[in-house]
Amino acid sequence: MTGIGARLRTLAKETVGPGGESLWVISLDGLQKVAEEMKLSRREAEIVALQERVLPMRYLRNFGTIGWDGQLALLQSTVGIVGAGGLGGWIIEGLARMGVGRLIIIDGDVFEENNLNRQALCVEHGLGQPKVLLAQQRVAEVNAAVEVVAHQLRVDEAQMVQLLQGAQVVVDALDALPTRLALQRAARKLSVPMVHGAIAGYVGQVMTIFPDDPGLLELYGGSRVPERGIEVQWGNPAATPMMIAAWEIQEVVKLLTGRGKPLRRRLLFMDSELGHVDVLEV
Amino acid sequence: MNAMRVRVKLYATLGKHVAGMAPGIPFEVELPDGATVADLVKRLNLPQEEVKVAFVNGRARPMDWRLQADDEVGIFPPVGGG
Repeated sequence: MTGIGARLRTLAKETVGPGGESLWVISLDGLQKVAEEMKLSRREAEIVALQERVLPMRYLRNFGTIGWDGQLALLQSTVGIVGAGGLGGWIIEGLARMGVGRLIIIDGDVFEENNLNRQALCVEHGLGQPKVLLAQQRVAEVNAAVEVVAHQLRVDEAQMVQLLQGAQVVVDALDALPTRLALQRAARKLSVPMVHGAIAGYVGQVMTIFPDDPGLLELYGGSRVPERGIEVQWGNPAATPMMIAAWEIQEVVKLLTGRGKPLRRRLLFMDSELGHVDVLEV
Repeated sequence: MNAMRVRVKLYATLGKHVAGMAPGIPFEVELPDGATVADLVKRLNLPQEEVKVAFVNGRARPMDWRLQADDEVGIFPPVGGG
């Protein structure tokens, strides 16, 4: 054991892991002390602790599914999220809670009253404020280890390529089809997978698109793509963004930890009104 | 010209365009041999702007894809909200 490992264990406590084995866990206070003593950021302190096999207690309920290596991979990863509205708000919250180390968040909008029914980051006192600003504040409250790079900007394809540099995965939390096609092209240029999600009324869809996959460009690119879909008629009730955001978060976690089978070349289409789920090949 | 039958399922908003059909329940349509997905869309009087994607036997296919007897065709509107 290194000196750091010994110091960590004086601040940690020994408990019993999910498999009945001995497991050292460290509290937020303990991590804060380690960070101050070693002049590390909270994220760096958590990474050191995991490398020394001391688990930040905040990730204890992640541990049974992603383990040491999965948690380390998440903390050492960067994810780009384009859109901080209905889907983006929940996705940002979920990725911060899982412990993804860096989030690049892009959105040009400010919060409006008609966002209050469904957007996790939209609160009454935040109306008129930039979505990315409230995203940054929420992440700091939920998990101070997560570093946020926020851009309050409506982006085109070239700007996406530029601003999403360094991300291992990009997430589609957009609200217009042409911008989604631009994001797929940007992800191709960056050679990273893109997690697609879209919602309307009680239905939604999810797909993970690798750089070589046909993806949305095949689905919608053949004809003139409309700006909006059927959400114009059906609106966006509260539960649907949660349902689709949850799947998008899970796709990101699978991609970053290498565990599980992404929805690659498979479009998951969920109709929560009829209780129908289809998995379609793309 | 000979006819063939295909099974069709309309998703989301598209279900309301075919009278007497319960939403999400597949139904049979008779088409001439060699008919394409676009021909089927036309036969059902679905609005062009609401039809963007068709899956034939669970696989994404373009509008000019030729259908075969007993194919199962799912037709989807564009979903674009976030």
